[in-house]
Amino acid sequence: MLDQAIFYFFAGVAVLSAILTVTRRNVVHSAIFLITALLATAGIFLELRAEFLFIVQIILYVGGIMVLFVFVIMLVNLDVAVRQLQFARQKWVGLLISLALAAQVGLMLWSSRKMPGQGMRVLNAVPADKLPPNSEEVAKSLFSSYLLPFEIASVLLLVAMIGAVVMAKKRT
Amino acid sequence: MEFVKQYWAPLVCGLAIVAVLPLIVGYVVLVERKIMADMQARLGPMRVGPHGLLQPIADAVKLLIKEDIIPDDADKLVFWLAPVLSVGAALLAIAGLAIGPAFQIAKDVNIGILFVVGVSAMGIFGIVLGGWASNSHYSLIGALRSSAQLVSYETAAGMALVCGLLFAGTLNITSIVEAQRNQGIWFGLLAPVAFFTYLVASIAETNRAPFDLPEAESELVAGYMTEFSGFRWSLYFLAEYTNMIVVASVATTLFLGGWLRPFSETRWLDFIDFLPPLLMAAIGVYCLRRTPKQPARVQQWFMLVVAGLCFALAVVLGAPVLVPMAKPSLAAAVKPFYLGIHGGFWFILKVSAYIYFFMWVRFTLPRYRFDQLMRLGWHFLIPLSIINVVLIGIAMIVGMYYHLNGWLLLLATIPASVIALIIALFILALEQKGQPQKAPGTAPDSYA
Amino acid sequence: MTGMAGNTITGTGEKQQTLLGADELILNMGPQHPSTHGVLRVKLKLDGERVIASECMIGYLHRGVEKIAEHRSYQQFAPYVDRMDYVAAVSNGLGYCEAIEKLLMVEAPPRARVIRTILTELQRIASHLLWLGTHALDIGALTPLFYCFREREEILKIFEKYCGARLTTHAFRIGGLQYEAYDTLEKDVERFCQAFEPRIKDYEDLLTQNRIWLGRTKGVGILKAADAIALGATGPVLRASGVKWDIRKAMPYAAYDQYKFEIPVGTTGDTYDRYMVRMEEMRQSRLICLQAIENIPTGPIMARVGKVLKPPPGEVYHSIEAPKGELGYYVISDGTVQPYRVRIRPPSFVNLQSFDHMVKGHLVADVVAIIGTLDIVLGEVDR
Repeated sequence: MLDQAIFYFFAGVAVLSAILTVTRRNVVHSAIFLITALLATAGIFLELRAEFLFIVQIILYVGGIMVLFVFVIMLVNLDVAVRQLQFARQKWVGLLISLALAAQVGLMLWSSRKMPGQGMRVLNAVPADKLPPNSEEVAKSLFSSYLLPFEIASVLLLVAMIGAVVMAKKRT
Repeated sequence: MEFVKQYWAPLVCGLAIVAVLPLIVGYVVLVERKIMADMQARLGPMRVGPHGLLQPIADAVKLLIKEDIIPDDADKLVFWLAPVLSVGAALLAIAGLAIGPAFQIAKDVNIGILFVVGVSAMGIFGIVLGGWASNSHYSLIGALRSSAQLVSYETAAGMALVCGLLFAGTLNITSIVEAQRNQGIWFGLLAPVAFFTYLVASIAETNRAPFDLPEAESELVAGYMTEFSGFRWSLYFLAEYTNMIVVASVATTLFLGGWLRPFSETRWLDFIDFLPPLLMAAIGVYCLRRTPKQPARVQQWFMLVVAGLCFALAVVLGAPVLVPMAKPSLAAAVKPFYLGIHGGFWFILKVSAYIYFFMWVRFTLPRYRFDQLMRLGWHFLIPLSIINVVLIGIAMIVGMYYHLNGWLLLLATIPASVIALIIALFILALEQKGQPQKAPGTAPDSYA
Repeated sequence: MTGMAGNTITGTGEKQQTLLGADELILNMGPQHPSTHGVLRVKLKLDGERVIASECMIGYLHRGVEKIAEHRSYQQFAPYVDRMDYVAAVSNGLGYCEAIEKLLMVEAPPRARVIRTILTELQRIASHLLWLGTHALDIGALTPLFYCFREREEILKIFEKYCGARLTTHAFRIGGLQYEAYDTLEKDVERFCQAFEPRIKDYEDLLTQNRIWLGRTKGVGILKAADAIALGATGPVLRASGVKWDIRKAMPYAAYDQYKFEIPVGTTGDTYDRYMVRMEEMRQSRLICLQAIENIPTGPIMARVGKVLKPPPGEVYHSIEAPKGELGYYVISDGTVQPYRVRIRPPSFVNLQSFDHMVKGHLVADVVAIIGTLDIVLGEVDR
């Protein structure tokens, strides 16, 4: 009961923030609502007992990526962009495509006659403090069964960092 | 309701913290002013209340009744939101901390330390948005600089925490302190370079001198706090001092043994348990002796009250130690009180020592220029902390292989720390030799 | 005032396109600013973070002192000179009184000269202490200010006991002194000098080897010797650039030729050298005071000058080594009780000329350090 209430609360906040993100004129307001949407997603993670993902979402996504977004927004001269009304022309096409997507999802739900996840094992059968600690489980699997993707991802990040530094140095 | 029965304690504690912490932070500010005065050969606030004790209340009242000025072109939503974000992040981080084994609002969170660090990192938004909302070019630059500084030093601080976590093996705050108790040695002693890195990085994280250029008064670019006056400014101030407390608590938990007494496992040093009550009694006696020397009547009464409080605290601290000695049968019943009260005392003592060090450094050292600050963070602290993690990891494997536990692990970790320090200094020296970092200012000699 | 490259600097915070297309920003450090040590307005032309040009606008404290001099008698004008360099009032008075004594062709008696020397050297220490405190405060060290003011308090107490005023002392008169040295003057000065030596060591401990202090001051605001001479800099600014020139040794006045003291000279002419030169000057002033109080000659304290001073027509230029540099008085007398012209050469005014030269290419955060290291007092710059 509590789980459902928390889930619907965070889900509602996330959807509302997402809508507000794309409809604001002011870019910084959009960024703030994107932050709220990400925080709500983190809340959903927490509700699902995935506390490591919750905190990693906050540290990396909100505390890292959004900070960089906001930096760039504030450093780049956005007066020009604000003056041009940018989504006047694509409003109707966007609406059409979203309606098409919604129809597809509705068709899928209707044909299977159940909600996604219905009939799966319910999580709150196990009390939270009996679950194995999240961070250790993630770490164990990252270093045993998912070692190769982990290493590839780190090499990819390293290459991206070096590339960014090289490109920045070349300009100065 | 089921929910209320389960969660009433954390709810009440949370509300209490939000209500009481601003008062505590106000008194931390008073303590800072008194320590500043002591180091500068003067007395500090003395007028408002005996020995200036009502000064925080006077300041709070003044700030609350001040006119709320909002710049004309400022963005109202963001202007309102920015200080709230800062304070919210700081107060939320307090929820994850543990003063004693039983005093924790978010009990036994599996990700304890990470939660505190991550949530307090959200305070960066408060700074950036505050600078932007001021609608002033220079406030914005100051805010961006401040947040760039925070982000840079967060990496170094995080890596230093990882070193400590290598020894602890878990992110849970109570388990970390338990691990220090089991090993019998504080992790700050096992990994001194990591402790030092965290010390420096946390001074930069909280925007304190010598890293306070973005908010210094004598600099050209006015800081992000300029346009905020009255209550909004006090929220920022509150956030800064709460961040200090959070950072000190994290360092205490991970590096200084949390709520453990020094040498908590050696039985023959158990007489250290008498230290807290004796200390409080000594302070009480000192207050009593100073009473006749106070100039004003109200100050004499005040000294007597303080002495009484100190003696009461001494009794409270001494009881859990004396009772098991008098009646051994009550030992088990008294133990949780002992752990709680003495644990709280040691924790607060260590946090206070850490914060005193912050203040000491602030009043002694001049300010770093911004490029020197960033150079220190990126070219010295980050390589140092990363190399330290690697080497401490190797030292731990060596320790496991040779079954070195507790104090013996020092044999492995001290060489590792020293080597890490040498390598980092070497990297710094190489970099400084590569770029002659100077003389940008020699204009052509037009008069030669 | 025209700015650099022939264009007048316009507005504040305006962006201008230069020929190369780079964005220039004009930043105004307004007359009201915690670190300009008075009402100094500095316009900086910035390229990002670096200063490419600057312009100092003065005059906010102009009080028309030189014009007032033409309508006062010589003795009436003496208190006005204290208000120019209000940080070091005693040396202003010394320069003026000696200039008029030159004009009158009288000499102050030996006892007066020695007491004048003692008080002027104490004033030099006090001025340098204030400079040190405020300079350190600008760079971020909060504590030396209070320590310096604690020492300065002792000196101001001596002044108050001597002539009744702490700041604008009017300590000397034309022809000598008005007040006899009070009973415990020698003991007070000796006690101060004995207590002062460990205090200088305190300041040095806090700052001289401090890596942050070195980082903020070494290499900042370099003024080479040839530039310094060409720009007319005097005082510690000149000596830190390597030029060994001190008026107390070159053209001795008061009782300076009787005492042994060193002239500290720097090498590179950066902010750190100016700091070291002033610290050493404080030590040397202390030595002069100790030598002077050992034997203060007895005798009259006032030469025989009439009540109404009417110097013969003529002109004189007399300069002394004030704490901030060469303070000069050019007095033209036309035979009446009021001077025809008194022109004051303030050291801070001329030293401020080198500001533009010193600040080019530095970061904005260094501007404050450079203003502080020039040790200017706007009362002197503007008069």
